[in-house]
Order: sequence, then structure tokens, then C-alpha cells
Amino acid sequence: MFTTLLRIIKYGLQGFWRNGWLSTTTLLVMLLTLLAFIGLTLFNVLTDTALAALQDKIDISVYFKTAASEDDILNAKNALESLPEVKKIEYISRDKALEIFKSRHQNDPTIAQALEELTTNPLNASLNVKARDPKEYAAIADYLEKEPLKVLIEKVTYAQNAVIIERLDKIIKTGERAGLILTIILTLAAILVTFNTIRLAIYSNRDEIGIMRLVGASNRFTRGPYIIEGIIYGLSAGIISILAAMPAVYFVSPYINVFIPEINLWNYFVSSIVKLLGYQFFFGIGLGIVSSWIAVRRYLHI
Amino acid sequence: MITFQNVSKIYNNNSHSQIALEDVSFHIEPKEFVSLVGKSGAGKSTVIKLLIGEERPTKGRVIFSSYDVNKLKRRELPRLRRRIGVIFQDFRLLSNKTAFENIAFALEVAGRSQPDIEEFVPRALEMVGLKEKINNFPKELSGGEKQRVAIARAMINNPDLIVADEPTGNLDPLNTAEIIRLLLKINELGTTVILATHNKEIINKIDKRVISLDDGRVIRDEEKGKYILV
Repeated sequence: MFTTLLRIIKYGLQGFWRNGWLSTTTLLVMLLTLLAFIGLTLFNVLTDTALAALQDKIDISVYFKTAASEDDILNAKNALESLPEVKKIEYISRDKALEIFKSRHQNDPTIAQALEELTTNPLNASLNVKARDPKEYAAIADYLEKEPLKVLIEKVTYAQNAVIIERLDKIIKTGERAGLILTIILTLAAILVTFNTIRLAIYSNRDEIGIMRLVGASNRFTRGPYIIEGIIYGLSAGIISILAAMPAVYFVSPYINVFIPEINLWNYFVSSIVKLLGYQFFFGIGLGIVSSWIAVRRYLHI
Repeated sequence: MITFQNVSKIYNNNSHSQIALEDVSFHIEPKEFVSLVGKSGAGKSTVIKLLIGEERPTKGRVIFSSYDVNKLKRRELPRLRRRIGVIFQDFRLLSNKTAFENIAFALEVAGRSQPDIEEFVPRALEMVGLKEKINNFPKELSGGEKQRVAIARAMINNPDLIVADEPTGNLDPLNTAEIIRLLLKINELGTTVILATHNKEIINKIDKRVISLDDGRVIRDEEKGKYILV
């Protein structure tokens, strides 16, 4: 049993090595597939981050009348927090608002002077509300428009931002869907190309498979070496794809950072390299095994 | 040892069916040397294909030793084939394996140990006179040499039966004589040999049992036969 396994592995390696040209081209096709795969993985990480960042930028602010007491506002905050649609609420007191305002305009002497002349804090306390889904802002805004909160509230920014929020929501949803469809189509294309290449490689070996059967090799012994070759394709293409992607990611990472400041692609790549390699191995080896298995099957009928 | 009982084989190609064998019966005893003769298309290769389980008969039974060949499942065939050494006109060596590895392969599929392989393979190559070509690939060997490697592979597992399907079809007279000499020697050592050929000269020289086929039927079965054209 163990000897048989060793022999199968030996023949797999031997077949890979001695059919050098055929193995190389098959390996290259598998490599292209895995490069497409890792490209898509990184692309999805990027779009997810970008879309999440975009989503995170959407919020509505509720400005309370200056007469509203802090207790009232905190009660309102608690009430809002109990809504299932609400993800996060940030409370900005009147003092905090003033502080932010001051630090934002610290280089503007006119504003600094104007502030000094005021005896009271003119700014409103506010709550920044983030919803779980951009669609839910309308419901939250509705809730705020009703009694008993209505009397405390000066304004809600939803009304003026509604159109933008809706549009962003559409962009996010479309982006996610487009990414998914693109991933599925490209992955399918890559899988089919690799599958066909392996099939052709084994087709050119069909006579050999017949000979093995006639000499008395069992199906397992005949098929084994081709499965091993499939594993070698997956393993080596997996490693090469990561090595090839490395400089590419290193090079484009700063440019991507300009567009999406929330992600450092290079850092992501380095910190997830084990996971990425795992994906590549899983995908490459799986594809190699399944393709070889199916391709050899046809010629085992002797 | 080998029995064909009223065996018929009909190939169905799309609309028309072709009769390859019709009601063929014969029996071969252990240690016999039997020549199977006939024109191309007479059914010689079909007999061999049925014997090694490559094809199944449409009617009748094929029995080899204790095996009812046509009842074997596909995964049971390897066991049968390890007891039959087959030699073909086109040699059928594994092109990316050396002479040594081609022969070793037959031992490996039978699960023999590495020391056995190291011992038996060189001995078999020596017997067919190719010891110095042990590490050559088939493309580096002549036709006669390839066929001798194939013979070494066929006998390496000490089979009960050696089947040779037109083994000299691609060879010159000198190599042909050598291959036939080897087959006779193998037979002398106690292995049953079935030789399918349409080479008249060989048959007349061997002077052993001849089964003649024509159009899928046995037309003659003689103990010390000659090749007689119908």
C-alpha cells in the first residue's frame, strides 16, 4: 500500500519532469488562472474596503435646540440606540462642538475673534447617527420627526442629504454586484481553460494509459500519477503566483492608497500571505485533481 | 487452460453491424504453442482482445484458467492481465520510460518489492540480449530492440500465457527470426504461447499447432499445421 503510493508519487514527478514542454505549458496556464484568482481576491478586498469606507461616510446628524438639556439628549440617544436599524451613535455636546469648531478654524483670526466676542456658545449639541444599511436612514429620520423628539430637535440633515445617500446606496449595491459577477465569470473562464489544458495534456497520454491497463495496472495505479501531476501544477503555480503578485502589489499599493486611503494593499498582502497562499493551494490543487480525475476517466475503459 | 465456447463477437457501428467472430470454439492446453493464422480481418486480434478482457463477446464464454473472462468486472481485469503477457505489433512501450522502467512497471503494478525489481529486470533484459540498453528510452531503440523489451516485459511476471499479436509485423526477417526464437524458448520453459500472425514462412517453420481463421470462423485446427491459403 505504502510502496504503491510511493511509486505513484514517483511516476507523477517523473511524468511531470520528462514531459517537460507539455508540463511547462500546462503549468503556465494554471499559473495564469491562479494569477487571475489572486487578482480577483485582492480586487474584492479593495472594493469591499472602498465600499465599506464609503458606507461609513454616510450618516445623518441630529441637531438639538440649544434649550434641550443634556439629559433630554441622552434619553433621545438611548431611544435611538434601541432601534434595530441604528448601528452607532456619536454624541457631540455643545462644548465638544465648540472645541471642534475652534480647532478646525484655529488659523483663521477672523473667526477666532468673532468667537471671543460671543458670551455664549452658539453651537448646537448633536447626535451623529449611522445606520446598518443606507436604506434605513429614511426610517430613522421618520422616527426623529415624530413626537416626543420633535420638540427638542432643531434640524435633521437627512432631508438635504437624502438624494446623495440614496445614490451612494445604489453605487455600493451595484459595485458589490458587479464585483461578484466579474469574479464568477472570470473564475469560471479560468477554470474551464485550465480544465481543458489538463484534458489535452492527458489526451496526448491516452495511449500510455491504455498500455498501463493492458500491462495489468489497476485504475488507481494508472490514474494516480496524473493526479499527482495535477497536484504539482496546483502547488507550484500557487507558489509562483504569490511570488509574482508580490512585486506587483508592492508597486501599485501606493497608487491605490491615494484613491482608497483606508487600505494599505501591501500591508494587507503581507499580513494575509499565509491565507492567500492557502486559497491559491486550495483552488489550484483542487482544480488540478478534479481536472486530471475527469480527464483520465475517459481512457480507463480498456 | 483456455477455452472458447461458441464465441461470437459482433461490432455495432451506427447502422450496420459487423461480425468479427462467429461461433468460435477451441481449447488450448497448458504449455502448448498455438499459432492463430488468417488474413487481416479474419478475427485474430478479436480473439486476443476477448482473451485479455479488452472486449466482451456478444455470445458464448471465454475461460482462462479459473477466470470466466467475460464475467470479470473492470476492476478485476488487472489481476487477470498480470497472468497474461501481451506483445503487440506496435510494441506499446511507455514512451517516457526507459527499457528498465518499462519492464519494472509490470512488476510494480503487481506490487512486487524493489529488491525483486532490481534483480529480475536486468535478468530479463539479459535474456532478450539487451542488457547494455537498459537505460535507453524506446525512441533510442530499433524496432527489433523495442519488441525484445516488450517480450521481456511480457514474461517478467512469470505469466501462465504469452499472447503475441503480429509481433513481427513491423520487423525485418532477421529480427523476425529472433523474436520467434525467443517465443519458442519461452514456450520451452513452460509458458503457453499464442502467436497471431499472417506470416506464412514463420508458421511453416515452427511446425506446431495451427488454428486457422477466416471471416470470423475457425476453418482448420491442426496439431502440426501449415499455413494454407483458402
